[in-house]
Amino acid sequence: MAATPFGAAGGAARKRAARRVLPGFNLTLGFTLLYLSLIVLIPLSALVLKTFTLTWAQFWAAVASPRVVAAYQLTFGASLIAALVNVVAGLLVAWVLVRYSFPGKKIIDALVDLPFALPTAVAGIALTALLADNGWVGQLLAPHGIQLAFNRNGVVIALIFIGLPFVVRTVQPVLEDTEKELEEAATCLGASRWQTFRFVIFPSIAPALLTGFAMAFARAIGEYGSVIFIAGNMPMVSEITPLIIIGKLEQYDYAGATAVAVVMLGFSFVLLLVINALQVLQRRRSGGAT
Amino acid sequence: MSATRAARQAKAGTTEPAWVKWTLISLALGFIFLFLLLPLAAVFTEALRKGVGAYLEALTEPDAWTAIRLTLITAAIAVPLNLVFGVAAAWAIAKYEFRGKAFLTTLVDLPFSVSPVVAGLVYVLLFGAHGWMGPWLQAHDIKIIFAVPGIVLATIFVTFPFIARELIPLMQAQGTEEEQAAMVLGASGWQTFWHVTLPNIKWGLVYGVILCNARAMGEFGAVSVVSGHIRGQTNTMPLHVEILYNEYQSVAAFAVASLLALLAVATLLIKSVVEWQFEREMHAAAALPPERPTAPVVA
Repeated sequence: MAATPFGAAGGAARKRAARRVLPGFNLTLGFTLLYLSLIVLIPLSALVLKTFTLTWAQFWAAVASPRVVAAYQLTFGASLIAALVNVVAGLLVAWVLVRYSFPGKKIIDALVDLPFALPTAVAGIALTALLADNGWVGQLLAPHGIQLAFNRNGVVIALIFIGLPFVVRTVQPVLEDTEKELEEAATCLGASRWQTFRFVIFPSIAPALLTGFAMAFARAIGEYGSVIFIAGNMPMVSEITPLIIIGKLEQYDYAGATAVAVVMLGFSFVLLLVINALQVLQRRRSGGAT
Repeated sequence: MSATRAARQAKAGTTEPAWVKWTLISLALGFIFLFLLLPLAAVFTEALRKGVGAYLEALTEPDAWTAIRLTLITAAIAVPLNLVFGVAAAWAIAKYEFRGKAFLTTLVDLPFSVSPVVAGLVYVLLFGAHGWMGPWLQAHDIKIIFAVPGIVLATIFVTFPFIARELIPLMQAQGTEEEQAAMVLGASGWQTFWHVTLPNIKWGLVYGVILCNARAMGEFGAVSVVSGHIRGQTNTMPLHVEILYNEYQSVAAFAVASLLALLAVATLLIKSVVEWQFEREMHAAAALPPERPTAPVVA
């Protein structure tokens, strides 16, 4: 414990020395701030400023009309369900990839990132082709009265596709780092395999699981491309929030589109802060364990 | 005897029974087959539904060509710009201590959590006909929205953090010792960067660039807002897929989509090769003999 403040002071001194020795601080930081402002910060503040041209009543009418509220409910509900499915499926896939060996494992591992690499529009039409009544999967389900495309089910399925890699890729490295010795100790103390998983392994991967959940959820909230093909886009039923913005833009209702966008932006900002806090927590946890 | 039994017991405690193991593997593979492999296969089957002739015809159509060209141009502008930004941001954030660093890192990640549709909208509000700069741009006859510059800007926005986010943790882990040594030995700043830093981060850089490129070529939501969907002019490949699909030209839509799917497969392939390469270098570095010969331990 006594070594920590000493080490920190030494580190700070070394960093200060580095600042003297390594050139380019002003150049790189200056360029970073300039580019960040031009591409991200100024455009986003234009969005917020635009809402100030609305009166409070106009703003409220735009963001709380029944059709928009229905869209929020669908977006949040479907994103929540999809992210929860991804937590279970993502943990399963990560577990299988880390703990077991089987033929084709490397290909499966590479394939997990497909939703990152495949353009969302392509994912959207591919899933629709599969799940429509004449698709490979759809024609098996249609006789049983199950319809997965052109309704809310389709929205959830597209969002599951989009979010899967977030959970797998946050849990996988943590699972790789868990110490086998702890599991052996648990077994020696008489724990069953399930108890070992529940009380030893699960607590160490829980923060990563939560981070993955939040990332998949955040991505699902904003997702547009993959959803619109499969959703059917019926107002009040299967119309997602980003589509509301597009719809308002097409009617030249810039103020209304902006108001809904600001609500979404505020929400993504909160989620971003939550994810950051979770990652700090996770780092502190793993730092404390060693 | 007792030792082997203890060993067997310990093994039983750290692995699952075979039936659990194979059930879990089948469940995971089943999920991946249904959600990842089947959609990918569907793209190619739908594209080739009416034979190779119809497939090639859809790809050689002039509108498809302009879409492909516009997609390549957009990526060719957006990726290098974000590459320069990524390296600069990673250098500033990883090599120095300054106030507000954590906040800056969060801001760099911000575009990831903004909906692509909102990303497109902000540029419409800035540069569109009714936007802040709209009247001025119209007076000077500059078109940004519903034209190529808007598409490029929206693409830069959504792919903004990709390279920086790969490089920042990598450069932070490597510290500054090697650069300091180079400076002490008389290298200039640029020499240090080219000969010391760049070789150290090259795999992270390639990794970031291919992911950035995949997203730049495939972006749909943000580009859809700013493009105006003018056929043969402001259509990128994903937008062209949408138009064809909505016109019930299924084969043509999936033909263009298959090119994007091939891009995705190539991206995954390069990404895996980079990861294996990186791992091998790490192993090789770990296997190097220690710098000072250690004295043999006398029993």
